[in-house]
This record gives sequence, C-alpha cells and structure tokens, in this order.
Amino acid sequence: MIHLQDITKVYLMGKRELEVLRGITLYIEKGEMVAIMGPSGSGKTTILNLVGCLDKPTSGSYYLEDREVSRLSSGELAGIRGQKIGFVFQTFNLLPRLSALANVELGLRYCGGGGRDRAMAALDKVGLSDRANHRPTELSGGEQQRVAIARALAKNPPLILADEPTGNLDSHSGEEIISILTSLHAEQGITLVVVTHEANIAHQCQRIIHLKDGQVVAEETV
Amino acid sequence: MKKWFEPLSTAWVGVATHKLRSFLTILGIVIGVGAVISLMSIGKGASADILSRIEGMGSDLITISPGATGYGGVRSAAGSVRTLTQEDAIAINEQVAYINMVAPTYSTSLQLVVGGENMNSQVTGVPPEYQDIQNLEIAYGSFFSDFDYQRGAKVVVLGSEVKETLFGDNDPIGQQLRMGINIVRVIGVLESKADMMGSSLDNAILVPLTAMQQMVAQPRTSQGERIVSSIVLTVSDEEQTDYVVEEITSLLRDRHRLGPDVDDDFYIFSIQEIAEAVSAATGTMTLLLGAIAAISLLVGGIGVMNIMLVSVVERTREIGIRKALGARERDIWIQFLVEAAFLTFAGGIIGVAAGWVVSYLVSSTGLITTMVTADIVILAVSVSVSIGLIFGFYPAWHASRLNPIDALRAE
Repeated sequence: MIHLQDITKVYLMGKRELEVLRGITLYIEKGEMVAIMGPSGSGKTTILNLVGCLDKPTSGSYYLEDREVSRLSSGELAGIRGQKIGFVFQTFNLLPRLSALANVELGLRYCGGGGRDRAMAALDKVGLSDRANHRPTELSGGEQQRVAIARALAKNPPLILADEPTGNLDSHSGEEIISILTSLHAEQGITLVVVTHEANIAHQCQRIIHLKDGQVVAEETV
Repeated sequence: MKKWFEPLSTAWVGVATHKLRSFLTILGIVIGVGAVISLMSIGKGASADILSRIEGMGSDLITISPGATGYGGVRSAAGSVRTLTQEDAIAINEQVAYINMVAPTYSTSLQLVVGGENMNSQVTGVPPEYQDIQNLEIAYGSFFSDFDYQRGAKVVVLGSEVKETLFGDNDPIGQQLRMGINIVRVIGVLESKADMMGSSLDNAILVPLTAMQQMVAQPRTSQGERIVSSIVLTVSDEEQTDYVVEEITSLLRDRHRLGPDVDDDFYIFSIQEIAEAVSAATGTMTLLLGAIAAISLLVGGIGVMNIMLVSVVERTREIGIRKALGARERDIWIQFLVEAAFLTFAGGIIGVAAGWVVSYLVSSTGLITTMVTADIVILAVSVSVSIGLIFGFYPAWHASRLNPIDALRAE
C-alpha cells in the first residue's frame, strides 16, 4: 500500500537548511494499523504529511498503491487526497460555521461523489447521528474528533492518517476515539497510520515504527 | 446541479457570517452602481429632452438663408447679402427630389400703429404653406388661406408676444392696425412656441407674401429675380435630408453661377443636422457623467478586494482544511471568486434599485426628466459583477496558492 524509499526532506529555515527526514525507507501493507512514535522534532508529522500527499519529499520515492506519487503536480496530489486519504488532526480542524453534518459533507465535496445520506451514515458510524445539526462549538472535544473521523470516513478511503488524534482530549475521550479507529480498521480493513507519543495508544496497533532525528531507529510488532 | 450550487451556498455562508462587513462592502458597490444609474439616467433624460424640443421645431425642416460670401477677403454676415430669390425657391421645388413644401419669405421692418401703441417691427411675408412647414399652431382665429394669398389680402397673423404688446388682453381678431402706409386686419394669433434658434416665432408678424409685395417694393437682382430673406422647406423623407441639402447646394451654386473656388453665398440649416450635433454633444455629456460615477464604482471594487484579502487571511485554516480534504487550487479560487462576484452582484442589483429611486425622485421635482434604460441597467450590473471578478481575482488566486501544511497550521 505504502512504500517510502530513501525519503529525505529538507526545510529552509531562513538561510539554514533543516534536514527533517534523512533517508526513510518503510513499507506499510494494505489493511495494516501502524503507529509512528518518536520524540518531538523526530519528523513524525512530516512523514504523515508526505504520506498524505500534503507535501513532497526533497528526494526519494513514494509509491502509493504501486504508483509513484512524489513527483506529481499539486492538482494531481489534491485528487489523490480527495479520493484515497482521510485525515484526522490533533486539533480536529472542523469548520466552526458549519453543522456537524455539513462538516462531514465537506469531506465528500471534493471527491466527486457526495450526498447527505452518506454523510449521515458516517456520522451514525461514530455514534453522533443525533447531533448532526450541532455546530462544533456545541460539541465536546471527543465529539468533535468523532465528527472529524466521520468526515475522513465518509468517502470510504483506503487510507486514514491520524496525527495525534487524542492529543487534545482527556483520557476517556481519547480511548473512545482509539476504539472507534481500531474497530474501523477491524471491520472495514482500512489502512490506518497513527502518529502518537502515547505508548498505550501505540500498543493497540499492529506495528510501531520508532523515529528519531529523521531516521527509523526501531520497528516492533505488537 | 450540485456543481454550481455548492460554490454559491458556500459564498452565501461566507457573506452571512460577516453581515456588517458584507453590508459595508456591498454598500460601496451600491453607491457606485446607484451613481452610475442615476447620473446616466439624468444625462439620458436631459438629452432626450433637448432632442425632443429640437424635433418639435420640425425635424424635417430645412432653412436656407443668404450670406457669407467672401469677396476679396471680405466676409459678409449672414443675411446681409441679397442673393436668395423667389425663383430659387421655385427651382428647388421643381428640381430637387424628396421635397414636401417650399416657402420663400421676405422680411422688412415696418412701423405698426394700433390706437396709441406704436412700434417698429419686422414683418414677414410668407405663403400659406409656411404654417405647415413651421408647425404653427393657431391660438385664436385662423391662418391666411390660399385665397387670401392669391388675391393679396391685407391680413396679418401675430405672434403671441406681439399680440400681447399691441392688444394686451383684448381680442385682436378682426381689429385693424396700420402697417407702414397700409391698413391690415388681424385674422389670427399664433400659439406661443419655444424656439431654440433665437428667432422666436412669438415675435412674428406674418402677412401673405403677395400682400407684402404690394405694400413694399421687393428688391430685385440684376437678373430681375425677386430677392427673398430666406427659404424654408420640409423634406418628405427625413432619411434623405443630407441628400436634399447636397442637391440644393449644387442647384443654388449653379443658379448663382458660383465658380468652383468661390464659397457658397447661402447657408443651409437642417434641424436634422442640429439634432445630430446636439445629440452627439449630450451623448458625450452623459458618458462623462457615467465616467465620474464609474470612479466611485472603482472605489467600491477596491473595497471588495480589500475585504476579500482580509477574508482569505482570516480563513487560511479553512483553506488548509479544504485542501487536505482534496480541494484543488481551482476549487479554492472559484469559491472566493464566486463570493466576490456574489457581493458585487448583490450590490449591483440593490444599486440599480437605488439609482432608479434617485432618478425617479429627481424627475419628480420636475426640473429634469430622467430616463433609466435597459442598456444602462445591464451595463451597470455586468460592470459591477466584472469588478467583483477582477478585484476578487487576486485574493482568490492568493488563497488557492496557499501551501496546505502552512495553512493548516495557521491560527
């Protein structure tokens, strides 16, 4: 499903070059649930952005479903994001002016297919169909994150990327979110990549990839 | 249907979220469009007014006066030379096509005496066709008939002002007055009529040309032709005015034996030509008014751009989210462009209504007639939408080019 080969990423900070990723090679199989762990600054989020086609690597190759995508145009990358990838962010990133349902519908808007019914079905899957018309500000953090998962889920993507999905939540809501994600993985066979620094969350995944200073330092299978 | 509806509903949400801001932005456009509509309607109304007044003088009317022949560098003033003759009028009537009626006139100054009143006035001898040619309306009595003309009856038709001076409020019909050494009888008074050419017919004293010829000695040219003061005529087809003017010019030059290097010894005015010149001038004035108003529309457009730029900065995170969800650059800039166009379209529609109201109020004062025409409305609305598209373009483009990662990180 995902194959990163010798990926490097260099950011320009003023005149200084900052090498965030230094030769990452990793494979993630279809249907796997993988955690990426590491201290802050280790490049976890950068990897997730590259995998999510939000960013392009400085060098190296990225094969997504056997297609080299690291040299595609920004428009083609947007198309891939729309069709294949669902994002779950630490800060939820819902649009505050829209209802929960409209936020989920927004996830369908750029992948061609859409509709209220699919959005409603996705909300139902995260157990929020009764709060469809509430705005994000009227929902708890855990509920907001569930809306965000529903948004990622609605278009039925093969890949969901979660960047510290529980980082802004209390432990109870966090567990709820993780259980939703694991059950999605178990029931629908969605490939799931979770960036986290919480060990108990990482251990609910099948495999943990440890990053440090932009390199893979260890992999463990749970 | 979804495809075009979605950007519209997104735009609506964007506009509705910031009601005061959107209102102020729209207000800028409303003022601009309203100014264009009301000023241009005033311009158009005024020029239509002027034109109808000119046409009221008879758009089919052509006047020929003698004058302005340069002899050895000396140019005579119009009317001061005696070159136009009654025979010219007859020749024009017989030889030029598209002519309806021709009337030669002969004016001279005579002393009028009525009771104690005594004045020196310009008396004009005309044939009966003159009434139709000049569109003269009779207020009291009648104009002189063909029969009066043939027998040279000593009757007179007075302009409204002359009647006022000589008779005041008394009924002048049937009254006699002395004109030079002759006694003439008043048979009619003209309706008062505005005249733009300075020679108001309200001051006219009209007698049959035949009677005039009996009362005073009409001068003759060396060829023995009877000199007249002017020739007025109407064309049967206004479209042919230019042709008629040309034909008369060449006929008169021929008859007056003017060599190719000699200037015309007559002037030809056609109301048609004057109307065209005036209409060109008022059209320019209308455009000028529109251009001044368009400046305020431009300022409104800059306001739209300003707000859209603020809106893009404010919604950077939203743009990032949309991009993460798969929005392409095109989707983003269409979204912002539609929002800008939505603002200016709304402003355009409200501005048309406001301009309409203003021009209605202006015309209800009775000072100026205004005229809102479909072309102004269409122009103003399409210009305001174009302004939205033009001034919305840069903010929209800027939004679409945002890097999704940076945009997501924005506060």
